[in-house]
Amino acid sequence: MIELKDVHKSFGQNEVLKGITANVEKGEVVCIVGPSGSGKSTILRCINGLESYDRGEISVEGLKVDRDAPSIVRVRTQVSMVFQRFNLFPHRTVLENVVEGPLFVKKEPRAQVLERGRVLLAQVGLAEKADAHPPQLSGGQQQRVAIARALAMQPKAILFDEPTSALDPELVGDVLSVMRKLADDGMTMVVVTHEMGFARDVADRVLFIDGGIIVEQGPAKALLNQPQHPRTQDFLRRVLHPL
Amino acid sequence: MKGFWHDAVEFFPILMSGVALTIIVTIGSLLLSTVLGLVWAMMRVSGIKALSMISASLINVIRGIPIIVLLFYLYFVMPDLGVTLSALQAAILGLGIAYSAYQAENFRAGIEAIDKGQIEAAQSIGMGWWLTMRRVVLPQAVRIVLPPYGNVMIMMLKDSSQASTITVAELALQGKLIASSTFKNTNVFTLVALMYLTMSIPLILLVRHFEKRAGKK
Repeated sequence: MIELKDVHKSFGQNEVLKGITANVEKGEVVCIVGPSGSGKSTILRCINGLESYDRGEISVEGLKVDRDAPSIVRVRTQVSMVFQRFNLFPHRTVLENVVEGPLFVKKEPRAQVLERGRVLLAQVGLAEKADAHPPQLSGGQQQRVAIARALAMQPKAILFDEPTSALDPELVGDVLSVMRKLADDGMTMVVVTHEMGFARDVADRVLFIDGGIIVEQGPAKALLNQPQHPRTQDFLRRVLHPL
Repeated sequence: MKGFWHDAVEFFPILMSGVALTIIVTIGSLLLSTVLGLVWAMMRVSGIKALSMISASLINVIRGIPIIVLLFYLYFVMPDLGVTLSALQAAILGLGIAYSAYQAENFRAGIEAIDKGQIEAAQSIGMGWWLTMRRVVLPQAVRIVLPPYGNVMIMMLKDSSQASTITVAELALQGKLIASSTFKNTNVFTLVALMYLTMSIPLILLVRHFEKRAGKK
């Protein structure tokens, strides 16, 4: 469903992606793990055209991702994104945030969209916050609104860019459990994360990225429990046993 | 200050006709400078190099010319080029153009102060450039832009007096005419100053309100 073929990307002199080839099947949950600066987030940002890429090809459901082509809007309405720092619209209410895309980009009928927005807010456990403004919510609540906003687009896949990294530790669980529910419902998800427990329990597959290449990939449990490559072993040791 | 109240009562109606013109010039040029300033600012942040450069040079040219010279140019030079403007039209046009440069820089600063994450979030739900501006960036930028916008309003109110140099009979010119025919300089100009102040004070209070609101979040 999402295909990357030999994708290269440089920021100035710094080549952050050195030939990434991967694909994500429909209904699959793929976690991307790796040290910071390895290019994990850049891969996600290239998939929905927030970032351009220099070489190779990315396609979503056969549609080429080209951030300068008009077709990028079609890509983005099919692939939603959840950001590390939520990026909710502070001047709109929670419900308005959720319905913004369907209403103004997809131009769906208002009553229907509002109804769906409320259902989605209930799903993420925030039905009673519909009329609040994002700055009044905790980080965990904001991220759950962001997930509802992504779902409101009725996307075929959702990209998560370190969705719990900006949260207080006690709020991480609420967000992860919403994500787990999505995965159980069959949503296609690509998740950049440092939550190894989530990756092991929820992901179908894990990609370990370091230095702009996929060092190792495989079924989540196998890769995280018995990593083969020394760099993967080293990384996991440091993440799981920091002391 | 002898007979101030007596003079005030006598000159008030004439000065009020000046006040009316002052208000017309101020509001007219405020509207024009706002529209032009928005256009320049949008060109600046459009991401299209040519538009951005045109806008930047235009702003610099406008900023580099004194308002009074701009007014002379519109009123005295344009007729030679076949475009005749009334004094009032030239005043509104001149002040509007002159202030559009400051408005543009103010709007641009407001737009650029919006977190990049907001723009990415808008893009990620499929919004194009214009929809992102209209639904996400501009509504948030307004809050930031309003206090300096209020200050520009005050400056424009006072600078509308420069229209007197091209014969617009606004408050300052009416005052000058009365003073030179009655020689009651002190009383007349005190009255004129008080009338400007009376118009400025509500605007000053408005700016304070904007600042409080902007500081809240």
